[in-house]
Amino acid sequence: MERDARVCVMGEDVGHYGGSYKVTKDLANKYGDLRVLDTPIAENSFTGMAIGAAMTGLRPIVEGMNMGFLLLAFNQISNNCGMLHYTSGGQFTIPVVIRGPGGVGRQLGAEHSQRLESYFQSIPGIQMVACSTPYNAKGLMKAAIRSENPVILFEHVLLYNLKERIPDEEYVLNLEEAEMVRPGEHITILTYSRMRYHVMQAAKTLVNKGYDPEVIDIRSLKPFDLHTIGNSVKKTHRVLIVEECMRTGGIGASLTAAINEYFHDYLDAPVVCLSSQDVPTPYAGTLEEWTVVQPTQIVTAVEQLCR
Amino acid sequence: MERKAQTWVTLAYQEKPGSLPEGREGFLESSQPDMSKYLLLQSRDLIFSNFNWRELCGNPPSFLGNSPTLFGSRRFESIKSGREELDLEYENGGHQNQAMDFPGGRISFTSEMRFVSESPRERIPCYRVLDDNGHPIMHSSFVEVSKEEALKMYTSMVTLETMDTILYEAQRQGRISFYVTSIGEEAINIATAAALTPHDVVLPQYREPGVLLWRGFTLQEFANQCLGNKADYGKGRQMPIHYGSNKHNYFTVSSPIATQIPQAVGAAYSLKMDGKDACVVTYFGDGGTSEGDFHAGLNFAAVMEAPVVFICRNNGWAISTPVSQQFRSDGVVVKGKAYGIRSIRVDGNDALAVYSATRTAREMAITEQKPILIEALTYRVGHHSTSDDSTKYRLVDEIEHWKTARNPIARFRKWVNGNGWWNDEGESELRANVRKQLLQAIQVAEKAEKPPISDLFTDVYESLPSNLCEQEELLRESIKRHPQDYPSDVPT
Repeated sequence: MERDARVCVMGEDVGHYGGSYKVTKDLANKYGDLRVLDTPIAENSFTGMAIGAAMTGLRPIVEGMNMGFLLLAFNQISNNCGMLHYTSGGQFTIPVVIRGPGGVGRQLGAEHSQRLESYFQSIPGIQMVACSTPYNAKGLMKAAIRSENPVILFEHVLLYNLKERIPDEEYVLNLEEAEMVRPGEHITILTYSRMRYHVMQAAKTLVNKGYDPEVIDIRSLKPFDLHTIGNSVKKTHRVLIVEECMRTGGIGASLTAAINEYFHDYLDAPVVCLSSQDVPTPYAGTLEEWTVVQPTQIVTAVEQLCR
Repeated sequence: MERKAQTWVTLAYQEKPGSLPEGREGFLESSQPDMSKYLLLQSRDLIFSNFNWRELCGNPPSFLGNSPTLFGSRRFESIKSGREELDLEYENGGHQNQAMDFPGGRISFTSEMRFVSESPRERIPCYRVLDDNGHPIMHSSFVEVSKEEALKMYTSMVTLETMDTILYEAQRQGRISFYVTSIGEEAINIATAAALTPHDVVLPQYREPGVLLWRGFTLQEFANQCLGNKADYGKGRQMPIHYGSNKHNYFTVSSPIATQIPQAVGAAYSLKMDGKDACVVTYFGDGGTSEGDFHAGLNFAAVMEAPVVFICRNNGWAISTPVSQQFRSDGVVVKGKAYGIRSIRVDGNDALAVYSATRTAREMAITEQKPILIEALTYRVGHHSTSDDSTKYRLVDEIEHWKTARNPIARFRKWVNGNGWWNDEGESELRANVRKQLLQAIQVAEKAEKPPISDLFTDVYESLPSNLCEQEELLRESIKRHPQDYPSDVPT
C-alpha cells in the first residue's frame, strides 16, 4: 500500500476493527478509511465494486470475512471478474486480489468451514493460490497484488497464529510455482494450506519408520505447477494427495486427473487422494476432527502405497 | 439536573479538529475541562437528552452547534468531503421529553400508533418540460440547450432509431445473430449522454448504445461488433450489442442484470480517491431494480458518498413482466429516499427534461460528492430482443400508441422545428444518409475477416498460460485433420 497509491482494501470490518483475523490491523490508521474501506454487508456488491474500481485503474484487495461468504459473490467473480478482460477484447483489466480465511477451523460450524477453492477452480480468467507459512503468505500476497490477473488468495483460519522469522525486505514469490518442502525418493505427497502441517507431522513418523517421502506444497491451485509435480512423479513413481476439500470435485480430484493424464507412464501405483468426506462440517469437536485428514491416516496411506 | 454530574458518556477525544479521535468513556462531571475537544458518541443515560452543554461547561463544541449529541461514525481526514454538519435540533423546555436517542440519531416519538402507508395518496410527480406537441410548458425550469447541441441531439436520436431498425431487420434476414433495440428510449439514450462530459465513466446495462453513439462510436464500429469481425474491439467474443470501448469510457456490456451497479460504485470510489472532476453514470431498467446488486449498490453509494448518477429506464416491461409484477412501490424514485439518496422522476420521452435533470444531477454528484438517482419513465416500444415477440403478452394497440403518439423523437422534432432549427427536407436527407451509411457499414463488416483462432485463447489471462497453449495446439491439430468440420472463414 505504501509502494503504490492505487492499492486499496475493501471488506467488512477491515478498517478500525482490523479485519476478522486482524490481517488489516492498523492499516486504516495509516492510510485512512477511504483506502481501507469498511463496506456494508453485501459480498456480491463489494466484489462488484472492486471490479469496477479495478476497471477504472485501482488495484483493490477484497477481503471475504470468511471465504465461505464469497459464495454470495460468485456471480461477480465468475461472470465479471474472470470474464471481463476477455469479453472486452482486452480493453479492461481486473487486477483484483480476493482473499480471506477459509478451511476447517475449530468448531466454526458448517457455514464457516467451507473450502471454496473447489467451487472456483473452473472459472476461466482467475488464478488461485493458497498460502501456508508466514514466508509464502507475504511473497504470494505481493505477487498477487502486482499481477494483472484477478487472483484469489486462500488463507486458512488456523494458520494465522504461526510465527516465523521472515525477511524485512521485499520479496515476491511466483504465483504459479509449487514449494518443495521436503525432498525425498519414495513417494510424492502433494498438499497445500493447513494439510501441509499434517503431512509434515506424518512425515516425521514415516522417516522414523524408514520411509523417505517427498513433500510438495502445491501453492498454486489454478494453474497447477505440473513442472515441479511432474519431476517429482518421474522420480518417485507414487503419488499421494492430501487435501481438506471434499472428495467430490475438489482440488485433489482435478489434480488426480491431471497427473493421470500427463504422467501415467511414470506411475507404479494409482494416485491416492485423501480428502474430507462429502459432508457439511459438523460442529461437535470430535466429529469435526474426523472430517479432516489426520496424520495417522496419511502414514497408513503411504505405507499401503509403498508396499 | 442533578444527574448531570453522574452522566455516563462515551466520547471521542479529538486533540484538534481534523486529528484522529480516540475513544474515552467515563462519567461526565461538571468540572470537566474544555468540552470543545470532546465529540459525544453515545450516551447510555436517556436522561442525557436533557443535557445542556452551556449549563455544564459554558463552551459547547463548535462543530456540534447547539446539539449535545452526535451519533454514528465520523470520517477521518482522509475524506475531505465527509464532514457532516449536524442538523439535529436541540430544543429547550417542554420538548425535552419528546425525543429519544438511539444509535443512528435522535428521534422524536409519538404515542399514537400509526403505520406508514404502503401506498401514497399521491405519487411522486414527474418532471417534464415539453408537452406532447413539443411546446415548452409555461414556467418550466430547464437547462438551456444551444441550436448546435439541440441539432446534434436530434440527429443522434434519428440515427439511433435508424440504426436499430436496420440492424433488427438484418437479424431477421439472418445477417446477424441477435439484436436488442432501444426504440422508444432514444431521448434517454441521447439526452443523458449529451449532459455528460467524455471523462464521465459510463456503465451500461445493454439498452444504451445511444450513449456510445453520442461519444463518437461510428456506425462501422457498431456493425463490426454485431458481426463479430476482426475489427471488433471485443475481438468477436461477445454477443451483438455487447459494446465496450475504453477510449470512450464506456464499460463493456455484461449480460447479467444489475452487475454493473456495484461496479459503478467502485468506479466512483476510484474517481473520488483521485479527486477527479468527473462522475460515474450507470443505467438499468425497472427489472434491474429487483436484483440484490441494486440494493447494495445504492446503499454503498450513499454510505460512501460516491459521485455516481444512477439512471433507471423504467420502460414498463422486463421481458414479459410488467412493473406491477416487479415491485409494489411507487416506481423506482421512492427507493432513493430509502437509501438516503436524492432522487428525481423525469419524463423519459422528453429530451429537454432528461437533459436538464442529468446535467443537474451530474453537478450535484461531483460538487457534493453524493449519489443521485434518476427514474426516467418511458416505454419499451420494441420487443425485449430479437428472441422475443412482445405481442404475445401485451396489446398491439398499446405498443402503437407509444410508438406514435408518445414518440420522443417526434416530440423533440416539433420543438426544434418550432425554433426554426430543422425542417422536413433535412429530415428525409438525414434518414436517407444514415440508412445508406449503415447498410454500407454492414456490408463492409460482413466481408471483413473474422478474428483468428488465437483470439479464442488470448486475454483470458494477461499472458497465455501453458494449459491454454496446449489447448490451442490441440484445436489447431484437430482443424488440420478435419478441415471440413470447421468454418472456413476463420483465419488460423
